[in-house]
Amino acid sequence: MSEPRWVSWARRLVLGFLVLFTVLPLYAMLASSLKPLSDVQGDWHWLPTNLTFEPFIEIWSTIPLAKYFVNSLIVSGTATVLSVTIAIFAAYAVSRFEFRGKNLFSITVLSTQMFPGILFLLPLFLIFVNIGNATGIVLYGSRLGLIITYLTFSLPFAIWMLAGYFASIPKELDEAAKVDGCGPLGALIRIVIPASTPGIVAVAIYAFMTAWGEVLFASVMTDSDTRTLAVGLQEYSTQVDVYWNQVMAASLVVSVPVVAGFLLLQRYLVAGLTAGAVK
Amino acid sequence: MTTLTKPAPAPAPPGPGKSARARVWRGMSLPYLLLLPAVVLELLIHLVPMLVGIGMSFLKLTQFYIRNWAEAPVAGLDNYRFVLDFNAAAGRALMSSFWVTVQYTVASVALAWLLGTAGAVLMQREFRGRGGLRTLFLVPYALPMYAAVITWAFMFQRDTGMVNSILGDTLGLVGTGGDAPFWLIGDNSFWSLVIVSVWRNWPFAFLIIMAGLQNIPRDLYEAAAIDGAGWWRQFRSVTQPMLRPVNQVLFLVLFLWTFNDFNTPYVLFGESAPKEASLISIHIYQSSFKTWNFGLGSAMSVLLLLFLLLVTAVYLAVTSRRRTVV
Repeated sequence: MSEPRWVSWARRLVLGFLVLFTVLPLYAMLASSLKPLSDVQGDWHWLPTNLTFEPFIEIWSTIPLAKYFVNSLIVSGTATVLSVTIAIFAAYAVSRFEFRGKNLFSITVLSTQMFPGILFLLPLFLIFVNIGNATGIVLYGSRLGLIITYLTFSLPFAIWMLAGYFASIPKELDEAAKVDGCGPLGALIRIVIPASTPGIVAVAIYAFMTAWGEVLFASVMTDSDTRTLAVGLQEYSTQVDVYWNQVMAASLVVSVPVVAGFLLLQRYLVAGLTAGAVK
Repeated sequence: MTTLTKPAPAPAPPGPGKSARARVWRGMSLPYLLLLPAVVLELLIHLVPMLVGIGMSFLKLTQFYIRNWAEAPVAGLDNYRFVLDFNAAAGRALMSSFWVTVQYTVASVALAWLLGTAGAVLMQREFRGRGGLRTLFLVPYALPMYAAVITWAFMFQRDTGMVNSILGDTLGLVGTGGDAPFWLIGDNSFWSLVIVSVWRNWPFAFLIIMAGLQNIPRDLYEAAAIDGAGWWRQFRSVTQPMLRPVNQVLFLVLFLWTFNDFNTPYVLFGESAPKEASLISIHIYQSSFKTWNFGLGSAMSVLLLLFLLLVTAVYLAVTSRRRTVV
């Protein structure tokens, strides 16, 4: 498509602005994490007066960051594995079988996405407390409660996207597997799952990101032992002097795993969105 | 209401059946077995709590009954009357935070969509560095939300932040030193909130629109070019109509996320958001957990849900009809 000159100027202008808008906070995070404390307590400097890695060492002792890190890893990792597994079964049912209630299921699952989190936070809090009182299964304040909460957050999108993905795999492949003696579950495991790896990976990233970044439920459903990074990082700001260089270093450290994972696997996400969701 | 489904462990899929009868039974119920874990969890975490929440909104559920809520007295419509009495303090506070949320949603969704569309359309054509730029633009979306918002909170600090340094010291647009503006309290806090939210959300719009653009067949542009359509005409007559289904969903998702947004103001302002930036989720959270009056909090949540349902229904009806007409 040939384009007039104003379009190429608009492209430079708009993309230039977007680069600046995107980069400035990332730069503030990186530069401040390498500054001594005195640098972040005075006027803003673009460059550290002297480069130091101290903040990256101090973050582990100022707050129990390692504990929060482990909690976040356990909660997000388990929630991701469970969410993807459950979504694979549900998506397989939706894409390969005709059964009563299929539409009802799809609509209900998708519509849970629009509920305000605050609406089921209060009842869920009470339900968890009362299940604990009645049965002894500790859900409130435990990692288990957070895990099952988070896995349902990513479940609707995961089912929706995987169902689209599975539907794009020719049913003849399933039939061929059945001729070779596979049952429906054998066909799922031997044919459908291997052929949908990109979609499954994309869904897994999404589920992990959702759990890793959640704040509202983490702030209510955890105690000092099970606190996740999302809540733990805010302990810095309750201190009298905010050690901004450490806050930025900690933010960087907790971001690296998800950002690296996301960027490495982003083409799967884009491919998954193109194949499944945007149709 | 205390009889609740226990969190059933995800049932393992049945192994290969031995007898013919088992096989027939399995063939009929297999889809339901596959769906069972998803259904149980959705019921436990979303649907049952929602119904319980609706029930709670009719109870006088104050701190005395939290541990023993089956005995909370029935309030009927009292909770609703109380929060909707716009002559009293509670009603006025709810109304004010509702309007703040409406303005926040309109500003944030419009800007995020505009930047996402501009970015995606201008990067539709191949140029050097396009892949790298796309990766860079997705970073804010990949960043854990609280890390991003904490960084913005640091940039918005009055005396030590980057924002006042750029606007005041470098560009001279605002006062410096003792005259420097505050960004996290007062009127400015609303715009701080919008900027952070747009920074977080525009890459999502960009990602979705980019995926939508890839599904537009190239022949359409070629045919339009043969008909003599220039760049703008092609954008108006090919790109825009072809993106309409994508935009229909994108707008709805952005609207729901932004209207329900709790995380951005909670991390940006801490426990007490300034009233200029007190979104409705924050308002409900604070009035529930500060006073431990869950009945009132539930009534406000139910009103919020009804509002969102109404807007969504009207939106889908209007946009779907327009789609069939055009």
